Amino acid sequence: MADVKIEMKTAAYVCSGCGLGDKLDVGQLARIAQKEGKMALVRQHDFLCNSEGVQMIRDDIENEAVTHICIAACSRRAKTEAFNFPSVAMTRANLREGVIWVVAEGAAHDEVRQEMADDYVRMGCAELKKSRMPEGNPNHTQLKNLLVVGGGISGLTAAFEAAETGYEVILVEKQAQLGGWAGKLWKRAPYKTPYAEPQETGVAALAARVSAHPLITVHLNSTIAETAGAPGRFAVKLAQESGSITEVAVGAIVQATGFTTYDIAKLPELGGGLAHVVDQAGLEALAMAANGGVMKRADGREVKSVVFLQCAGQRDDSGQHLPYCSGHCCATSIKQAMYFKDANPDVNAVVVYDDLRVPGMGEDFYRSAQHKGVIFAKGKASSVTTESNGLKVNYKDLILDSGATIQADLVVLATGQVPSSGVDVILWDKLTKEADGGSIEAKQQKSELKSISILNLTYRQGPDVPKLKYGFADSHFICFPYETQRTGIYTAGPVRRPMDIMQATEDATGAALKAIQAAENASLGRAAHPRAGDLSYPIVRLEGCTQCKRCTVECPFGAIDEDERRFPVFNEQRCRRCGTCMGACPVRVISFENYSVDTVGNQIKAIEIPDEFSEKPRVLILACENDAYPALDMAGLSRIVYSAFVRIIPVRCLGSVNTIWITDALNSGYDGVMMMGCKKGDEYQCHFVKGSELAGYRMSKIGDTLTGMGLEPERVSSFEVAITDNAKVAGFINDYVAQLVEMGPSPMKGFG
Amino acid sequence: MSELNQKAVAKYENNFLREVEERVEDGEWVKMCMQCGVCAGSCPLGNAWEHSPQKLFRMIMAGKREEVLTSDAMWMCTSCYSCIVRCPRKLPITHIMHGLAHYSHRLELAPKGQPTRELARIFWQNLVKTGRVNELKFSLAVYFKDGFVQGIKNLLSMQGIALGLVKARRLNPMEIIGGHKCRDIGGIQKMLAKAREIEDRRQGFTS
Repeated sequence: MADVKIEMKTAAYVCSGCGLGDKLDVGQLARIAQKEGKMALVRQHDFLCNSEGVQMIRDDIENEAVTHICIAACSRRAKTEAFNFPSVAMTRANLREGVIWVVAEGAAHDEVRQEMADDYVRMGCAELKKSRMPEGNPNHTQLKNLLVVGGGISGLTAAFEAAETGYEVILVEKQAQLGGWAGKLWKRAPYKTPYAEPQETGVAALAARVSAHPLITVHLNSTIAETAGAPGRFAVKLAQESGSITEVAVGAIVQATGFTTYDIAKLPELGGGLAHVVDQAGLEALAMAANGGVMKRADGREVKSVVFLQCAGQRDDSGQHLPYCSGHCCATSIKQAMYFKDANPDVNAVVVYDDLRVPGMGEDFYRSAQHKGVIFAKGKASSVTTESNGLKVNYKDLILDSGATIQADLVVLATGQVPSSGVDVILWDKLTKEADGGSIEAKQQKSELKSISILNLTYRQGPDVPKLKYGFADSHFICFPYETQRTGIYTAGPVRRPMDIMQATEDATGAALKAIQAAENASLGRAAHPRAGDLSYPIVRLEGCTQCKRCTVECPFGAIDEDERRFPVFNEQRCRRCGTCMGACPVRVISFENYSVDTVGNQIKAIEIPDEFSEKPRVLILACENDAYPALDMAGLSRIVYSAFVRIIPVRCLGSVNTIWITDALNSGYDGVMMMGCKKGDEYQCHFVKGSELAGYRMSKIGDTLTGMGLEPERVSSFEVAITDNAKVAGFINDYVAQLVEMGPSPMKGFG
Repeated sequence: MSELNQKAVAKYENNFLREVEERVEDGEWVKMCMQCGVCAGSCPLGNAWEHSPQKLFRMIMAGKREEVLTSDAMWMCTSCYSCIVRCPRKLPITHIMHGLAHYSHRLELAPKGQPTRELARIFWQNLVKTGRVNELKFSLAVYFKDGFVQGIKNLLSMQGIALGLVKARRLNPMEIIGGHKCRDIGGIQKMLAKAREIEDRRQGFTS
């Protein structure tokens, strides 16, 4: 922060372009900005976002020493390139998408339209006076090197790609050699045209290039004993097998710890445990031994007939085995069937599948196997038993709807990938609570759990990155791939979701770039994804803190630790600026320079509430700026009309909504509050993982407060709005306003 | 069991897929079927037959020789080509159907009295005799294929149409005596015999 306090000078700019001048009395808006908003400088312009308008603002910043500007024009999401003034604090009053495009046409609506615009100008000015220009986290970090955990194909690729970009990499591998599972393959499924033949894995060559790279240091036989710190300043202890510890400091981490195969001993009905029944990894070992010649079993007998059983212990809905599809196994079985056919075309190779799925360019590969005479039978295997010197596979043919039997010398079970993602932090949290409560058993379980930890994070929230589904370490594999719920730590490869080599390679490259970005942003005092580049950061007034721990517990990213006196310790580099801590804090001591309890609270109080006889209810909408607010903007863009009685305030995340805003709004005479956030639960779409869930939880507790105020609990309502819900959102608004009208005006009106 | 069939069984043992690949027209395509069922869903006669092309192909791969070759399914194909147009794997399904029908006919496994098969047989016999199709004799042979009584019934039911054709000079009753012929019947028959010889060799019936 700058030491010299610069005098605050405010300015408001009212635009009359895009039809604003036709639909609104912009003169009145300017007067409101001046008189009620108390803006030192108010200017009107009929085309504010053109070069002349922008130059006018620039000149004012330059010549009039303006430090705070409110632009009353279009949505804050529009014209961001024109209205880019990094040296001042800025707010935007949304008169276009938020008013003239959504209020019904015609003179009959002139009055409510103007009232809505007036209020948005009041709100813009009110927010501005509580805002400061974000100056960036002063605790800049220095480190930009990466730690890559895991030396399989994903880890090798991440390390190599990052090093080729010019960043130093430390690669840690538990085993004595690099390569991982991919290194144990005889061939890989094709990744080049014509996608017809198995190809060399190229792992040995990649491992050699990584080992020889001047920017990469490889630690074999090593695990991670401890990870502390934050992006840009991670302190990691590497434990060698010999017991010695090496301490390293890194800027960001890529976790590419891969998977283990599902244990075929758990599949006795499919022959798991019998001789000559192997999983796909076992078959690769046989292929390695055959070295391109005829395939032989472990007992040395040549294989004349082989059966592949797909989805073995996968896509299971009985709850015994893996419920998901591992994605690569169909192509892998096709490849392995070719090992047999290529060495001896007379081998009978049958693939028993339920749904054959070959993502990528796999269809060509599938066709190639059919050309080679591999037989594909749609069916479900019921049993595999030993018979004389071979095996008997019983299955139901799903096309012919009849039982069938195949004699085989060898059976291959296509089992799934089980992620090596370490400790389940939810279980960890539970055990911690029990152990703190004195349970000796929990304490013991905890230390057992700790032994499987990969990163051994010193974070308050547990030693590994949280898991999303089925034990895979991810935060949202569609919206934010590679992002874990721990800032600066990125997962790549099958630890994140099941995948094949081609996908893992792509994944590792993406994660490496993300990790570089995180380290770079930290070094500039800026936020990482999804508010990448945001210079604001949480500022806490510790004098007021009551050590309630809500912020440390609720932070979705484990950014906040506790010191010995139980005060929160903010690790700004780990923070994603969602404001969940700000929403959680009961004493409101956490704020951002341009987003705080006051910036929003001031807007809520700035609007004019008509009296109860006016038949003009007022509804506050707190809309998540990631999904709901764009949906509302889009509704405007499509000219979808909604009630002019609502006043919308974008919030960083519903998790940042402090209940004081709700009570303030209702105390000031609003008739209702709508909270619009993202989908919560297992299939969540919240950019900050659990913001909307936390908001839902907090609001479930607000009912008592409302009853205490003599208000109906329905006056506060939550809605799940996805970014594509632009047509739906107007319906939500209109229905809710109609419901409030029926309920009658808030009894709090006139007391505010 | 016909001799050809016995020989085929001996030659291919249990590998029916290979037998189809080598002996049935376009049979080498069968293994490329991916069992999507689009052919079965596209066939306008789908509900009229015992096995859809998808099922037939799966049966071939599963080695169900007897069931495939005695099926009436491939005889029901009307050559509309919907399956060929829609097959995502570009299998010439219509041609394979005809190939299978032909092969089962040669092995004398095709269902006895199957109407399509009977019609084709009568047509062929009629054609080979003189080198030209004698429509009158062909129609009569078809009417009487199920016996004398049924033949008379068929005749009576068709008499209006027959008289109309005669009136319009599209049917000559005199064709019943000999009828018009090719100039060189012996030559035509020699040609057909040669064609069969080549075809038999190609399909592996003779060496």
